[in-house]
Amino acid sequence: MSQAQSSSFAVADFSLQARGLFCERDDRVLFRDLSFGLKGGEVLQVRGSNGSGKTTLLRIVCGINDNFDGELIWQGKELTNQYEDFRSDLAYIGHRVGINKVLSPLENLRFACGLQTPVGDEAILRALALMGLRGFEESQCFTLSAGQQQRVSLARLLLSTARLWVLDEPFTTLDIQGVAQLETLLQRHASAGGAVLVTTHHALSIDGLKVLELV
Amino acid sequence: MSDSVVGSQSSTLAAFLATLRRDLLIAFKKKHDMVNPFMFFLIVATLFPIGISPEPERLAEIAAGVLWIAALLASLLAMDNLYRADYEDGSLEQMLLSPHPLFFLVLAKNISHWLVSGLPVVLASPLIAYMLNLPSGSYQALFLTLLLGTPVLSLLGSIGVALTVGLGSRGLILAVITLPMSVPVLIAGTMAVEQTQNGASLAGYLAVLGAMLLATLSLAPLASAAALRISIN
Repeated sequence: MSQAQSSSFAVADFSLQARGLFCERDDRVLFRDLSFGLKGGEVLQVRGSNGSGKTTLLRIVCGINDNFDGELIWQGKELTNQYEDFRSDLAYIGHRVGINKVLSPLENLRFACGLQTPVGDEAILRALALMGLRGFEESQCFTLSAGQQQRVSLARLLLSTARLWVLDEPFTTLDIQGVAQLETLLQRHASAGGAVLVTTHHALSIDGLKVLELV
Repeated sequence: MSDSVVGSQSSTLAAFLATLRRDLLIAFKKKHDMVNPFMFFLIVATLFPIGISPEPERLAEIAAGVLWIAALLASLLAMDNLYRADYEDGSLEQMLLSPHPLFFLVLAKNISHWLVSGLPVVLASPLIAYMLNLPSGSYQALFLTLLLGTPVLSLLGSIGVALTVGLGSRGLILAVITLPMSVPVLIAGTMAVEQTQNGASLAGYLAVLGAMLLATLSLAPLASAAALRISIN
């Protein structure tokens, strides 16, 4: 699908473990004693009803939210001491997709890649074309639909060399064909040795899918 | 940590430049954000002669103070949109999650913000000073103190904005946080202009303002970055 997908991450296997996570928000316990593991080659779907703490869990894993107890272990060591290395290996797409409405998809991705992995404009244009945005490269993003903006954000995954993808409800605004495309993308990332942590209510058709149920 | 991943990561300088370029581009595309504070500065400064007195002698007395206060208020007005859009569309999360020190990304945003909102005020100040009949020997002092002082105001304001960006309705809280920190700059700036009219040397005041600029340049982005992490938590 892109150069990032064709290469596999053979060098060091990816592993992330959560042990005994506890998170409380506004005097309400979201989860207690939550443990899970995520290795290279796996897709872990986090499921749960609205307000069960799916987004909070993802933000805790990324290190945006540090309001929790418990341990996060990355590559065998405590994650909190090595966030900088971890972040160069992380692609996060949140509920707010991180697309500036005034800028064009091309300009948005140039910035996103400037923060992570430098790539040329041809690669960005190719990624946008693959996400079905050919012809919209130079339009300002507020003229695009929510689904198209989501696709701009997802194009970041194609340009990233990160092994861990953390995706918060990436399917919500996508059309049927977009959903299928993203599923293929997740599958390929996993079979190339990458790891995916994803929240969605959507029933994913991915081989070897692991599910974490939040109650 | 795999070497292939580290090798392909962008340098911090590249990330700094990417942020700077992006923010300038956004400012260029959203021209009203750029023009509003500047217009505000012009309007406030021009209302003083109408409200107080058009007599040249009285205007000459207050000119430096009026210009400095107008510049301070314009900077306060401009601060509000520094992080807000990025907070709302999720770009701020992306910056927090980049492998680079947030310090440099915040610094890039502050520099771009000052270039867009502070520099026009500094460049227009001699013109307004002429209108307010500033004594002819004070132009250099006014221009140079504003040139050194307005970036300090921007950098200090950034801390306040970063602290309040997560709040729904902020009202005056930004001014309450920012103004006490800005007052020393205002005092140094206006004193410099006043004292040089009485024959004092400008160098000492410029040194004080320069020191303020260096201190805020190195410390304020650190505070802003920490505040952003708290706000987004």
